[in-house]
Amino acid sequence: MPKTIKYQDPATIQRVLRTSRSVAVVGLSANTLRASHFVGYYAQRHGYRIIPVNPREEEVLGQPCFNSLSDVGDAVDVVNVFRDPSAVPALAREAVAIGAKALWLQFGVISDEGAAIAADAGLDVVMDRCLKIEHARYMGRMHWLGLNTEVVTARRRIRR
Amino acid sequence: MTDLPDRQFGFRTRALHAGARPEPETGARAVPIFQTSSYVFEDPESAAAYFNLQEYGNTYSRIMNPTVAAFEERIANLEGGVGGVAFASGLAAQSATFFTLLSPGDHVVASRALYGGSITQLKHLFKKLSVELTFVDPDDPDEWDSATTEQTRLFFGETIGNPGGNVMDIERIAAVAHRHSIPLVMDNTFATPYLCRPIEWGADIVVHSATKFLGGHGTSIGGVVIDSGDFDWSNGKFAVIAEPSDAYHGLAFHETFGMYGFLMKLRSETLRDLGGCMSPFNAFLFLQGIETLPLRMDRHVSNALGIATWLDARSDVVSVSHPALHYRENAALLEKYLPNGAGAVFCFELEGGRSAGQNFIRKVQLFSHLANVGDAKSLIIHPASTTHRQLNNDELQAAGIAPGTIRLSIGIEDIDDLQWDLEQAFA
Repeated sequence: MPKTIKYQDPATIQRVLRTSRSVAVVGLSANTLRASHFVGYYAQRHGYRIIPVNPREEEVLGQPCFNSLSDVGDAVDVVNVFRDPSAVPALAREAVAIGAKALWLQFGVISDEGAAIAADAGLDVVMDRCLKIEHARYMGRMHWLGLNTEVVTARRRIRR
Repeated sequence: MTDLPDRQFGFRTRALHAGARPEPETGARAVPIFQTSSYVFEDPESAAAYFNLQEYGNTYSRIMNPTVAAFEERIANLEGGVGGVAFASGLAAQSATFFTLLSPGDHVVASRALYGGSITQLKHLFKKLSVELTFVDPDDPDEWDSATTEQTRLFFGETIGNPGGNVMDIERIAAVAHRHSIPLVMDNTFATPYLCRPIEWGADIVVHSATKFLGGHGTSIGGVVIDSGDFDWSNGKFAVIAEPSDAYHGLAFHETFGMYGFLMKLRSETLRDLGGCMSPFNAFLFLQGIETLPLRMDRHVSNALGIATWLDARSDVVSVSHPALHYRENAALLEKYLPNGAGAVFCFELEGGRSAGQNFIRKVQLFSHLANVGDAKSLIIHPASTTHRQLNNDELQAAGIAPGTIRLSIGIEDIDDLQWDLEQAFA
């Protein structure tokens, strides 16, 4: 079972997923077999605007790639990070500078320093969690594959 | 839509609700039986996304089915795992686990006090797969350690041995496994997650025959594999999970799916290729059974302890293998792993050997003479001539079975009636 640590609050996760529209994916790979591509593809399919941030790519998922968060220009709701943890503090400062509303660090991207930088500036922070899995857990179809959503409810889900 | 509450619900609540959200299209409260072989795709892009595992989607009921998925999620939730994959039987669940993790030349260390069908499966299936096998004393962690080689890829044992009643010291044996960077696979059929949750003690994978207490009514055959999600498949010993897979266009399951890597491989390759899937109707019956698992288990274990104690006091009974009696000198072990009761399947040995055993079985009126355990109804069998028939005398002895051994699976009837039936069979 995933260990519960700071920055994994279910209410925060659900709020970020429901209220966000644009997701800048830092380290989004053009290789369709990489985890970052799985997440970006899934989020795009579920209506999020994907903004790839990766200096080594021209275009991913049909969207032009930016060299850095500061180059994006448009509003970014979520900064979603697939990078070495050591890169996170600098990315967190950039996320604050461009006015992002949330910093989401994927599995293994654990940086207490980076998380604190974003949280202190008022951003929602999610750490060591996968955006695709959390979306599938609360709003998607993770339960169709026998995975433990840990969701227990007798309320009927309203289709929209 | 309001957010879901962040509450840790109790075991009994989850036994009823986990995996069974109301069906959104119709509002059906019971889990519907999705009796369909296949699923209409919205469009070609969606179909491709499902087959590429980029989106959670139904393709074909050999690989996934919504009724079966509700069963898988419920057991995963009750065991404290990240997910599950159901199979046509408990032995199918086990063989799929082995098939996924092992390659020719690998080695397995297993308890020698397993269910006879499992001993046969390991001995003969592994030979065909060119996998080496060493059986060890489940009660002795040092034996597990010294049997381990560079080629060992997993440990396998039962929470409560069938039928000898050995209770594994899961925490200690898991520690041995992890020191060798390999997973501990536990068959938790006899305990069920209500009595013991091996993952909480360090087990990495849990397998079940759902046919027994989970279903609880002797109606359906099925099995399930649960993963803790904690094992590091990228530790260098499990290229089968960590390296790009030829069987799935180069996908590296652990890197891509993280803690779900083993389960995704188990489902999208092993279940796909070996094909031993659970039927939706069986999954529905198992879900019905699990709703009352806590209630039934309480009665199962109290009836079993009562009958075992009563048998133990008789002068015409040589021995009783119920864990509470077997571990009289080691009550702390039971208190640790089985605080709510030590199961409901045990053996007793009659004086007079094989013929005494067979005569006893001829006389019972209420106990059903059949080859199953974990039914709500009480069951009886003579292992030496049935379930453990393929074992030679040494293997029988190692499994704690004598020629006069009788195995009981105690049901939830009135205990006075069970005692009456056995009493008249002794006469």
